[in-house]
This record gives sequence, structure tokens and C-alpha cells, in this order.
Amino acid sequence: MTTHPNLPEVPDGPSEVTFDARLDKKITETLKRYPNQRAALLPTLWLCQERFGWISPGVMRAVAARLGESPAYVEGVVTFYTMFRTRPPARYVLQVCRTLSCAVCGGKELLEHLTRTLGIAVGERTPDGLFELQAVECLGACGSAPVIQINDDYYENMSPEKIDAVLAELGKKE
Amino acid sequence: MRVDPILLRARGTPDSQSLTAYLAAGGYNAWEKVLQMTPEAVTAEVTLSELRGRGGAGFPTGRKWSFIPKDHPGPRYLVCNADESEPGTFKDRELIEHDPHLVVEGIAIAAFAIKASTAFVYIRGEFVRWAKILERAIAEARNKGYLGKGVLGSGYSLEIVVHRGAGAYICGEETALIESIEGKRGFPRLKPPFPAVAGLFGKPTIVNNVETLACLPHIINRGAKWFASIGRPRNTGPKLFCVSGHVQRPGVVELPLGVPFREIIFEHCGGIRDGRELKAFFPGGSSAPILSADQLDVRADFDACAEAGSMLGSGGVIVLDDTVDIVEAAANLAHFYAHESCGQCTPCREGSDWAVDILERILDGHGRPGDLELLQRICTYASGGMTICPLGDAFALPIASMVKKFAGEFERRIAAATPSPPRKKPVLPWSGPSHGFGR
Ligand SMILES: Cc1cc2nc3c(=O)[nH]c(=O)nc-3n(C[C@H](O)[C@H](O)[C@H](O)COP(=O)(O)O)c2cc1C
Ligand code: SF4
Ligand code: FES
Repeated sequence: MTTHPNLPEVPDGPSEVTFDARLDKKITETLKRYPNQRAALLPTLWLCQERFGWISPGVMRAVAARLGESPAYVEGVVTFYTMFRTRPPARYVLQVCRTLSCAVCGGKELLEHLTRTLGIAVGERTPDGLFELQAVECLGACGSAPVIQINDDYYENMSPEKIDAVLAELGKKE
Repeated sequence: MRVDPILLRARGTPDSQSLTAYLAAGGYNAWEKVLQMTPEAVTAEVTLSELRGRGGAGFPTGRKWSFIPKDHPGPRYLVCNADESEPGTFKDRELIEHDPHLVVEGIAIAAFAIKASTAFVYIRGEFVRWAKILERAIAEARNKGYLGKGVLGSGYSLEIVVHRGAGAYICGEETALIESIEGKRGFPRLKPPFPAVAGLFGKPTIVNNVETLACLPHIINRGAKWFASIGRPRNTGPKLFCVSGHVQRPGVVELPLGVPFREIIFEHCGGIRDGRELKAFFPGGSSAPILSADQLDVRADFDACAEAGSMLGSGGVIVLDDTVDIVEAAANLAHFYAHESCGQCTPCREGSDWAVDILERILDGHGRPGDLELLQRICTYASGGMTICPLGDAFALPIASMVKKFAGEFERRIAAATPSPPRKKPVLPWSGPSHGFGR
């Protein structure tokens, strides 16, 4: 565990990460699209996040070795961007837009509804590891406020009733 | 006024993402025509159309292209800005969703005009679905010879690479975007040099917004004169307005530049919802100073918005009715900018955090005498060229405008305030468990 007085505890994950042949091939293909290795860093991190679910310190070291960067450089980039996950995510990450257009069109109530029905605060996850609740900035879909992103998918024109139905559906799949 | 859509022509037609449908509607004709022209002639045509960039600054597109040094040996790069992170903006997604090939064709035309053989599309990380739509369209066009080596039997080659962002508003700013493609943190660069001279990988680079590029096939097909006849002088062409907030029918509407906001809000979006009254609106995304209800007759174009003390920005019209507490709206936006400031410049990094603090304590009933002056001072120091990039202005000017236009609401809260209890909040982290609605 890495600890810091003001930050949530972060698990270290596996210390040695190796890329399987399929992932390695994808990284090789990605590298061909850029004039230098460093430019392939974001797409490589995306490939790793898809494969491993999150970017653990071990993944950072492996990416650094693959692209000829220092682990510190990779960590600096990873932590600049909000979408790279530095801790293992819940099965479904619920990202509720908190910015103005959504906030004034039911987004605020939606977030409150979710904290109540899931019994967790923003930033927390349910004990079964199924749902994690986050408030995020504008998702670029303000015309269909309020908006929630669940993993890769957008759910627009949401309401407490609609989101209940969506969560029930997702819960059933597990 | 009703006008036939130009940019959103494909919206509502079946299968509009496919190459077949695009070709059936005359797609890639402009591209074939361009390949018979010289890059200089293409640039001249776009300059003549008076097209101005739709990404926020409204800079004349043809002129921007002409800043590329003539004798540069290359390579040169074109970047399509699909970051779409300005609060209140959701038009590029609409274009990609309904007409991805229009965007691809626009990219091809611009790349040809600046003699680039590689183009990047920088698309925000959250737009997973739309990145896939674009990738599919690019692959399809490449298969049919519209892209790739020796396009349509000509000597010109072009590859388009889709590059996904990873969650950072600042990467919409063109130099931060360039850094991000280069595999770095999205820290804006000090200008000059401008990207047209030294941009991506140190080479001449043009960054254009999705909507700007989507105008190009139409300009080539129907001529610069036709394009310039739409809208108003120096503010030409069709524009996508993203209307969100308290209107009956929010969404993207396409209208000529220069229609009054009254028409956009009341005719095309059904007016204010639930029979309420309009209180105020942002004419061009949350970075544009707010306009009040008595400014509805301002025309929605670059020059008229500037004259009214605001800007057209990205065309994101955020409509607020009389139920909205302006102090809360200001705190909400301050929180956005504090979260998105990259942290390089003190007035932006510290100023936005201070603005959040001050606005939250006013909201919590603990505002202090002098808070509004302090807020205005913070906004003065963060704007007007005091920072590396315009995010400083983007956070400061709207907040300053809200404090100025709705001073009474702020003052009333401060007059009724009680002393604040001792601070308990930790300084870090920004996105920790307490991350909520501006509080
Ligand atoms: C903080 C900030 C955020 C920006 N975000 C975007 C964006 O999301 N999309 C965009 O096209 N332009 C954005 N811009 C404007 C770009 O820097 C650039 O001016 C624009 O992409 C140029 O394209 P155009 O000439 O076609 O308008 C942003 C600018 C700033 C300062
Ligand atoms: S103005 Fe703000 S966002 Fe722009 S470079 Fe400075 S600190 Fe970063
Ligand atoms: S404000 Fe919620 S998607 Fe833009």
C-alpha cells in the first residue's frame, strides 16, 4: 500500500507486469503511427488500461521500459489525466456530470439520489464492488442533461427513475 | 426563420455514417475537385469565404493556414480538434455522430491545403463511441482510396490518426493539445512561436475545430461566394448553436451566423421551460461573459458578441431561468476551472482556487465584507494576458461578469452572513470524496 495523509490508500498491484503477445503487438502497431516513441504514450496507456483495468505502478514501470521513458515520467503523465485509473475500479464506474447545464437540469438531484440509493458518498464504492460513484466535469452532452457516463457508455436525459432501471439492469448481468 | 441545414444535412437520414450514404449525397466530390487544384488555390478559396474558426477564437481559417512558412521543408501537420470540453458545447459530437465522412473530407481538404501528409484527430477520452465512429469512417475511406498512399491515383498521400485524450479540459487549448499528442502532460506552451511555425514535433501545425473543417467540403462544392452570402459581413456561413439549460427543446440547431439570440432561444428551442422567465445566458460556452435577459437581441456572431462585452466562443448557449441562483452558478463554474487549471501560472492556479473558496463561503452564508472586491481583483490578475494560455481569462471574465451584473444577489448574501466556523477541509485532494456540486 502507498499511503499519503491526504490521499486515499492505493494498492500497489502486481510488482512485475508483462505484456502478453497480443497487447505487445498492439503497442508495436501503435508505435508505427507516431514519429517518436514518446508520442505513443497515451495510446499505450489506453491499451494497458483496457487490458489490466487500471494503471498500477507495475504497469507504469512496464510501459516506461517499453517506450524508453523513466517510470517517474510515465507516472507524471498518468496522474495529469483524470481518466487513467490509478486504483482498481469497481465493475461499473458511475460518472455523474456536475457542471452547470447538468446541475441546473436535474443533475444535482440525480447525484443525491444515487448517493441515497447506493448508500455511498461521491468517491466511494459499494461493498460488493459493483458500483463506484464519481462527480465529473462537463461530458460534452449538455443538451441532453443530466448525463451520466457508466464505464464507456453515455446515459443521457437521465432521471432518478431511469437511472434506477439502468442500475437494476446492470446489476442483473453480474 | 427556417433554413435548410447544411452542416447537419445528414441528421435524421438513415445509415448516414456509412460511406455509401455519404457518396450518394455527393460526398467526396469536393475532395476529388481539390486534388485537381493547387494548395494555394484551396487556401485562396477558403480565405475568400471568410470562414472563421468555430473552436472558440473565431480566427479566419484561410489566414491561419497562410502563416505556415512557405519554404519549410516539412513535414507539416494538421490537427482536428475534437476535444469538445467547453461546458455547454456538444456540436462536434453531433457532426461525428451523423456525418463522420463530412469531417474526414474536411480534414483531407485542410491537410492538402497546408501540404500535410499526416493529420491527427484529437478526440476527448470520454468520447469512446465517437472515436470508434471516426475510426470506422477513416478505414472505410482509406479502403476506397480516398485516403492513404497516392490518394485517388494522385501523387498526394494522407494518413489520419485518431488520438484519444484522457480527461483534461485544458487539452482543448491548441498548444496543450499538441503537448498531449507528443505524449506529455497537457501544459500549454508560451506563444510565440505559434503552432503554424513550430507546433507538433516542432513542425508547422494547424489546429482546426471539427465544425470549421466540416465547412470546407461545402465551400469547395458550392463556392466561397455562396458561403460568404450566408450570415453577415465578416461573420459568414452556417453555425451550430448548442442550446442547453432551461429551454423547452435543448439541442444543436444550425442557423446562419448573426441571428439574434432571441430567435435561437425562443423560436428554435421553444423558449423557457415550464413558463418561467429568462434570467441570463452564456452566449458561447461557460468561458464567455454572461449576458442578461435584456440582451436577447444581441446577434449571435463573433463581432456582435464582442461588442456586447462577451464572445461567441464555441456557440454553446447556456440558458438560465429565474430559478437559478447566480452565486451558485458562479461557484459551480469556478469549481470547473479550478479543477481544470493546469497549474503552470500562479494567477490562474491560485486565483481559481481562491474564487472557489470565496464563492463557497458566500454560498454557505459566511461571506465577508470585501469579498466581492477581492473576487474582482483575482479576476483582473488572471485575465488580460497575465497567463500562459487563455484559461485564465476563461475563468476570470465570466465570474467577473456574474458579480458585476448580479451584484445584488452576492451583496444580499454577504449582508446576511455570519462569521465562518474554523476551516476543517483538507487542502488535497481535489477529486476526493468531497468532490461535489461546487462545495
Ligand atoms: C482552455 C481552452 C479550451 C479550448 N477547448 C477547445 C475545444 O474543446 N475544442 C476546440 O475546437 N477548440 C478549443 N479551444 C480553442 C483552440 O485553442 C483553438 O483555438 C481551436 O481549436 C482552433 O480551431 P479553429 O481555428 O477552427 O477555431 C480551447 C481554447 C482554450 C484556451
Ligand atoms: S492560464 Fe491556467 S490553464 Fe493556462 S497555462 Fe496558465 S495555469 Fe495552465
Ligand atoms: S454540463 Fe453536463 S454534459 Fe455538459
